[in-house]
Amino acid sequence: MSRGTVSPVGARRAVPLLEVRSLQVAYGGIQAVKGIDLHIAPGELVALIGSNGAGKTTTLKTLAGLLPLSSGQIHYDGKSLHNIEAHQRVSMGIALVPEGRGVFARLTVHENLQMGAYSRNDQHEIASDLARMYELFPRLAERRGQLAGTLSGGEQQMVAMARALMSRPRLLMLDEPSMGLAPLMVQKIFETIRDIAAQGMSILLVEQNARLALQAAQRGYVMESGSITLSGAAGELLGSDAVQRAYLGS
Amino acid sequence: MEILLQQIINGLVQGSVYALVALGYTMVYGILGLINFAHGEVVMVGAMLALSALTALLGMGVPPVPALLFSVMVAMAGCMVLGYGIERIAYRPLRHASRLAPLITAIGVSIVLQNLAMMIWGREYHSFPQLISNDTHNFGGAIINDIQIVIFILALAIMAGLMVVVHRTRLGCAMRAVAENQHAAQLMGVDINRVISITFMLGSALAAIAGLMVSANYGLAHYYMGFLLGLKAFTAAVLGGIGNLRGAMLGGLLLGLIESLGAGYIGDLTGGFMGSNYQDVFAFFVLIAVLVFRPSGLLGERLAERA
Repeated sequence: MSRGTVSPVGARRAVPLLEVRSLQVAYGGIQAVKGIDLHIAPGELVALIGSNGAGKTTTLKTLAGLLPLSSGQIHYDGKSLHNIEAHQRVSMGIALVPEGRGVFARLTVHENLQMGAYSRNDQHEIASDLARMYELFPRLAERRGQLAGTLSGGEQQMVAMARALMSRPRLLMLDEPSMGLAPLMVQKIFETIRDIAAQGMSILLVEQNARLALQAAQRGYVMESGSITLSGAAGELLGSDAVQRAYLGS
Repeated sequence: MEILLQQIINGLVQGSVYALVALGYTMVYGILGLINFAHGEVVMVGAMLALSALTALLGMGVPPVPALLFSVMVAMAGCMVLGYGIERIAYRPLRHASRLAPLITAIGVSIVLQNLAMMIWGREYHSFPQLISNDTHNFGGAIINDIQIVIFILALAIMAGLMVVVHRTRLGCAMRAVAENQHAAQLMGVDINRVISITFMLGSALAAIAGLMVSANYGLAHYYMGFLLGLKAFTAAVLGGIGNLRGAMLGGLLLGLIESLGAGYIGDLTGGFMGSNYQDVFAFFVLIAVLVFRPSGLLGERLAERA
């Protein structure tokens, strides 16, 4: 496996918000992540692309604390995340919108959003954040009293994103936000992702739809069977032959 | 007609106690997907603790009502510690083991608790002191006493309170979230171990009250009383749809009624061949019938939805 870099990314050496070194994760008896390095600078939108089973979801789950790592280090905001449990990472500002969305189907939309703020205690701020979410996603405002399980896939994705934002994350990780959605809805979701990024939030975006992800991102990583095989500026990855052939179908 | 009314009253009172215990089974099942077969013993320990505290306090000359209230609190606190301990020792280490493993530890915990109770409180029946006035009221020809009235109203109030906690509070929302998707709940910042512990403690507090109610109603407590009561309450939870809180309440009340009516009429139905001493059989008829004809229970969802 060749470990190439499209462009030497040396300029950016501000303290990264997230820094992952030689991360290895075993999952179900398989070495799913085989020693990857990645970093995200504050305010950066970074895409992690690759085909099915490349280890992208495993990587995100490990970063969120849902899976144990077998070796390597994860530093967030300069601190090691070693032995910090998933629920504690949320209050540190790490949020994951999981694959398949993971909305609470038997809770109302409003309750789902309230759960998003579970790690917070500032009741007034929570109320104003809830109002902001309903502004950001007017569809959810209409359906606030409805059980989340009765919503369409796109609406559920909105719930999942709004819910993650309710924790006021500094690092938002999104796992396949476009999965199973109609093209129009995909556009809408990506518009929202760009808006959120424009407000300065750091985002790690995992997508199978490589073109969409790289168009939105500043930088990207390409993952193949557990390893990162390419990384660089998103524009350059979009233009690179390897990515074109493997993921953009041209 | 009086017999019918009498049996309905008895059934509702007993059923409200079943409902309280069934809630403990169903809450734990809803959140962990396991049957806490040691729950019946928690009821027994609650009854025994309350009785011991009560006897001691009355012996010291404490007036009945404060003594009763304090004993309830002692029983609840003791059972909450017990429930917490059972989960920590018998279930948490097996969280990722096969489903059979926690079932076996549950039976183990039951046996240990029964034997401990036998060592502490002995094999004999303990009689419950006469505390509050136990006047009887004539109600359309049927007789109901003060203790039954208190049990029924208190049980309904506790159930209503539980529904408020589960559906209107942050903790309740977290409990429902954990029940539905533990990973997603963690991603919201919920400490699922804490929520699970609290669930066990809540269920155990209800069990303590139920234990006190049973022993007050029958005037007796015994180290073995948790076994049958636990099985019946489990039946009630299955009847209502295990994992469903409203189901547990409905199942409890229904089972109480079925049992009571069955016991009242079995003599007539079998031409005197079987008497009301066959009362306990009805619960298990119900259990078998539910498992055969409607395994998801009256208000339960199909299991596929839980995946």
